[in-house]
Amino acid sequence: MTTRRQKRLYTGLSLILGLAVTVGLILYALSENIDLFYTPSEIIYGKKETGVKPSVGQRLRIGGMVVEGSVRRDPESLKVEFELQDTGPKVIVRYDGILPDLFREGQGIVANGYLREGNVIEAFEVLAKHDEEYMPPDLAEAMKGIKHVKPSENQELGYK
Amino acid sequence: MLPEIGHFSLLISFVFAICLAIFPMIGAQKKIVEFVALAKPLVYANFALLSVAFFCLSWAFYHNDFSVTYVAMNSNSDLPWYYRLSAVWGAHEGSLLLWVWILSLWTAGVAFFSASLDDEDVARVLAVMGFIAIGFLAFVIFTSNPFERTFPLYPIDGRDLNPLLQDIGLIIHPPMLYMGYVGFSVAFAFAVAALIGGKLDATWARWSRPWTLSAWGFLTAGITLGSWWAYYELGWGGWWFWDPVENASFMPWIAGTALIHSLAVTEKRGAFKSWTVLLAISAFSLSLLGTFLVRSGILVSVHAFASDPTRGLFILIYLLAVIGGALTLYAWRADKVVSTHRYKLFSREVLLFINNVLLVAALIVVLLGTLLPLVHKEIGLGSISIGAPFFDKVSSIWFIPFILVLSIGPFVRWKQDRFSRIRNKLLVGIVPAIIVALTCYLTLQINTFFSLLGVVLATWLAALVIYELITSSKNNPLPLTHWGMSLGHLGFAALVIGIAITKVASVDKSVRISPGQSVTVENYVFNFTKVEQFQGPNYSAYHAHFDVSNGSDTFSLKAEKRYYKMHSNVMTEAGINAGLWRDIYISLGEQLDGKAWAVTANVKPFVRWIWLGGLLMVLGSIMCILDKRYRKVLAWREQKTAQPAASNTMAAENAVSKVASDTVIEQRIKFE
Repeated sequence: MTTRRQKRLYTGLSLILGLAVTVGLILYALSENIDLFYTPSEIIYGKKETGVKPSVGQRLRIGGMVVEGSVRRDPESLKVEFELQDTGPKVIVRYDGILPDLFREGQGIVANGYLREGNVIEAFEVLAKHDEEYMPPDLAEAMKGIKHVKPSENQELGYK
Repeated sequence: MLPEIGHFSLLISFVFAICLAIFPMIGAQKKIVEFVALAKPLVYANFALLSVAFFCLSWAFYHNDFSVTYVAMNSNSDLPWYYRLSAVWGAHEGSLLLWVWILSLWTAGVAFFSASLDDEDVARVLAVMGFIAIGFLAFVIFTSNPFERTFPLYPIDGRDLNPLLQDIGLIIHPPMLYMGYVGFSVAFAFAVAALIGGKLDATWARWSRPWTLSAWGFLTAGITLGSWWAYYELGWGGWWFWDPVENASFMPWIAGTALIHSLAVTEKRGAFKSWTVLLAISAFSLSLLGTFLVRSGILVSVHAFASDPTRGLFILIYLLAVIGGALTLYAWRADKVVSTHRYKLFSREVLLFINNVLLVAALIVVLLGTLLPLVHKEIGLGSISIGAPFFDKVSSIWFIPFILVLSIGPFVRWKQDRFSRIRNKLLVGIVPAIIVALTCYLTLQINTFFSLLGVVLATWLAALVIYELITSSKNNPLPLTHWGMSLGHLGFAALVIGIAITKVASVDKSVRISPGQSVTVENYVFNFTKVEQFQGPNYSAYHAHFDVSNGSDTFSLKAEKRYYKMHSNVMTEAGINAGLWRDIYISLGEQLDGKAWAVTANVKPFVRWIWLGGLLMVLGSIMCILDKRYRKVLAWREQKTAQPAASNTMAAENAVSKVASDTVIEQRIKFE
């Protein structure tokens, strides 16, 4: 017969083992998968809080406004290049693929990608938000006082 | 006038909820029969009042009453009537009203079906649910009143519903999800009432089991629908994003899954009692946390719709009160709960215990991954994001022990067993697993270790589930709960197969393409034939037509780009040719200069299996609820109510409600 004490021991041991495995797994997986969020000025001047600048080759997440008139497309492929800005300097984002529906010049977007030489970000994912008035809180904080053009006022869309 | 009636009913219902939380509880504790007897009438009155409120808001939407701010913000006279009605829960205020209405529905359900329980116990349960209702009603009334008027100036037309929500999936997804979220409040209320009453025997487990199962079924249906909707509506072909808002619905689901398994042990064997109570508290607490995360807007999420931080503070305080209160009560009372049941190391109890440990581990991972960015930011280390790769990596390792334990579990006896007894049975699954794995490897080019392992283990699981069904139904007819369990497990196998294959074998190609040109993906030739302009009721659109063929299989697809002028929003409607073995998926990007369009063409093998898995799990939970022993509960009720003079009407009512609930379930099946 298993005594009550033994049973508790097993229970306790398996709990501790499970927790240890869990924590181990989490730390292992997290070590490679945390992306820091930067605004364009933070990429150039370093993080507000810590002053740390991202290093070239680092994977990161960037949020900012697409600068008006900066979107340039490759005539042969889906490669696209645009500038992002918050309150200060601009950085360039390169992307190869389909931009999301809510992507517009003058709108806030978030991109995931790698930092390359010369403040260029090579994005593998570009996100715009579901709601045209929604902005990520981080971005909203950084963007206070910048003009926000609604797509309805943008004549280039071509919808009747 | 009607909006005022609605608002007024909300207010009265708030007062009733306060009475419901106080008097029956005092009555049950101090043995005051009159107070205990108040419980059920208050519950029914509450349900009626909230139904009136809900009806009033729906009426305002249906009749385009733009003098109501909420209607003006979320509807438009061009909107088709069914979207006008579903717009009721299209934004914050209305979805909270739906939340409280569903809570009152579950409460009324508990009051109705618990006639054979002790009146005092029922009173405690209902009082706890009343307490939950107070918080949410206060939230609706004081911070997010859907009946607010725009007077004196009101708009001629509304701002229109968010175009993303104008879709059949979004008509049904939120109510299902909320039925699940709120349904866990029943298990929570039963657990807390049992703690307060000090009666933690198998009775409470038996009573909360069907409720928990139905809440779990609804939540599964809601999440499955949400995933399916994201797949065809967001236009990027993904079905799960590990987005914080998705995680918020996934966490209660994991806790609920652990709970239904642990409840089974508590009911049948009297073990794990205090653990089950803790899980019941956690499942609902996580639902509340999910509501908080989604509604407060503190999360950086693609799903986050504009929201207000002061509302977040309110829910946070309420969250702390409910969870903190329940956990304090648990800490105070749990030592009185003693599980006397004994079992050996190799027994079904232990396997189910491992199931619970694994599920809780998964829960902790998701919780950490969701909340860590938030904590990281609040303590001043800057914003971070934890993306899908993290969760993918963890879950690809996690499922291995889980599926192993899951396939062995049903063969092992309660209390004690020998591994040698079941060893040969387990071998049954190996042959089909190897055949399927080889087929996948050779025909679908699935060559990564984890996805092959996923297919192998899932096939093994499915084979064992079917083998177990055949051998055990040979001797005597199986109860419906057994079929339900097997279906649920088969659903999990289908889910794993779908994920493992889709993850690796999906091919997509984004190209710049003009009408007349074509692109080839995985033997499928996509011919871009033409683009047409189209005028919808409240949008204008481009339709892009494609002829797709791989030689033997030819069909045409239509992908759509819609422009909603009220929201000045552009939406993608993907063109999908669905099949059990593969989906062909085309989504239209933006129009480039000249006639060229950006287009993504996808071939997605087995992606349907993911939702098939969800569907099987829902069917499984329905079968469990329809089991004879729960119908016996209804029969007791009929016997008990047959004694008073008014027996005829009561029995008729029962029959009506039974028919009604059957049709509801039928409708659910049909919809799925």
